[in-house]
Amino acid sequence: MLKPHDYGTTDFLQILKSRSPEHVADWTRLNGMQENFPHNFLEGTTVLALVYDKGVIIAGDRQATEGYQVGERRIKKVFKIDRHSAIAIAGVAGPCFETAKLFQVQVEFYEKMEGTSLSLDGQANYLSSLVRTNISLAMQGLIVLPLFAGYDLKQGKGRIFKYDVLGGRYEEDAYYAIGSGGKDARSTLKKIFHPEMNQEFALKAVIESIWDAADEDIATGGPDLIRKIFPTLTVITEEGVSDVSDETVEGMFHELVSRLEQ
Amino acid sequence: MSTPYYVSPDQIWEDKKVFVDRGIEQAKEVVVLEYNNGLLMVAENPRRTIFKISEIYDRIALASTGRVSEYEALRVAGIREAEVKGYTYYREDVTGKWLTNLYSQHMSAIAQGWDVKPLEIELLVCEVDSNPETRSQIYKITFDGTYEESEKFAVIGGRADAITEKLNETFTDGLELADALQLASRAFESIEVDESEPYEITPHTIEVSCLDATSGRRKFRRFSVEEIAEIFNHAS
Repeated sequence: MLKPHDYGTTDFLQILKSRSPEHVADWTRLNGMQENFPHNFLEGTTVLALVYDKGVIIAGDRQATEGYQVGERRIKKVFKIDRHSAIAIAGVAGPCFETAKLFQVQVEFYEKMEGTSLSLDGQANYLSSLVRTNISLAMQGLIVLPLFAGYDLKQGKGRIFKYDVLGGRYEEDAYYAIGSGGKDARSTLKKIFHPEMNQEFALKAVIESIWDAADEDIATGGPDLIRKIFPTLTVITEEGVSDVSDETVEGMFHELVSRLEQ
Repeated sequence: MSTPYYVSPDQIWEDKKVFVDRGIEQAKEVVVLEYNNGLLMVAENPRRTIFKISEIYDRIALASTGRVSEYEALRVAGIREAEVKGYTYYREDVTGKWLTNLYSQHMSAIAQGWDVKPLEIELLVCEVDSNPETRSQIYKITFDGTYEESEKFAVIGGRADAITEKLNETFTDGLELADALQLASRAFESIEVDESEPYEITPHTIEVSCLDATSGRRKFRRFSVEEIAEIFNHAS
């Protein structure tokens, strides 16, 4: 099984395709089958990212819907990719998780093979091609769209990349939100955003925009104060990627609620 | 009709051993030893980009010595196999023993081939567990694919026996990271026989990495020259 003579590539997806093609989704097989699709995929989301003075925050709600029902309450939509980047995905849950997992493995694989991490731009470009592999899926309405954020060590700042279903990659320099509640979250961020904002202020802005998205969009989950399920907030700075604790997020939501009650 | 020539298997095997020993004699040593948080790996290696110790998968690292091109190919193949296995099943299912068997089978096949030279390398597959109760594992693999499981510490390279002897005297359980590094450095220094010129290990002459069982998913960490100097400062 060990084939050291084939020194190989740093592209994990290529290796997977040649070694175990059964583990690579082939969505082209779905062509013509969409009529028969059961329409109970887990979907519906708000994920967003926001740049602040020391880095970038990437966040997402926890709910997945199946039609008009809540499919899952504690899904996580934000995934750490390497020491300085993370991805959040909106769309049909199954392929979303697969894309995130494959992307994470690829970036780490490259780092180990080369002995140096893949640049943020390199990661963003590779993600383009992963999104592109899902085109036939997207054409049938089963969309997988990532939002990618990271701290660029060379440029010394947080950066955000959004994508279209054809794999187009676009950089946003301030904030962005995608998913069914994305537009609502963006409206809130637009009013609050300030390029010099610090982390505390930025976290509050994120909390408020998720609240508004959950308020307007039935497929987005707000804070669940009874089950203690809270949106995921992940902060990326020069020091690395770290999750904001549930207690902190809970505290910020309580603060927001008491402010709204006044 | 000419008589087919005959060479006894003993002779063939002996020749191969002598051939490999000659290669390994010159190979720089790598020491792997247990410390309170996992495994510390130290190699005499002043080079800053060509490594003897590297990350394979979450809890697994590889220390190697001998011909660079030969162990580099095995390192890369190991990462590839580990990633495919972890992706197919689950990350926890990738184990040191599995990787050791993979390397062992490959090295043994090459050593038995009649028209290829055996690999002039020695490997240490190192593994820690997320559960601190479980002891860490070190597997030492030699050119013919034989491997053994080592306890507490293991050494590969030309003067491995001398260093092992030294460590047998000095090694203790539950060392702090800095003390473990100090111990490994002293062991390296003790085998230099030229007494006219005392030999000293500095942060610039060694490569240091660790598998820290207490850290997150990826346990492997490579220390920079500055970090090695900092660790030396903390030794008691």
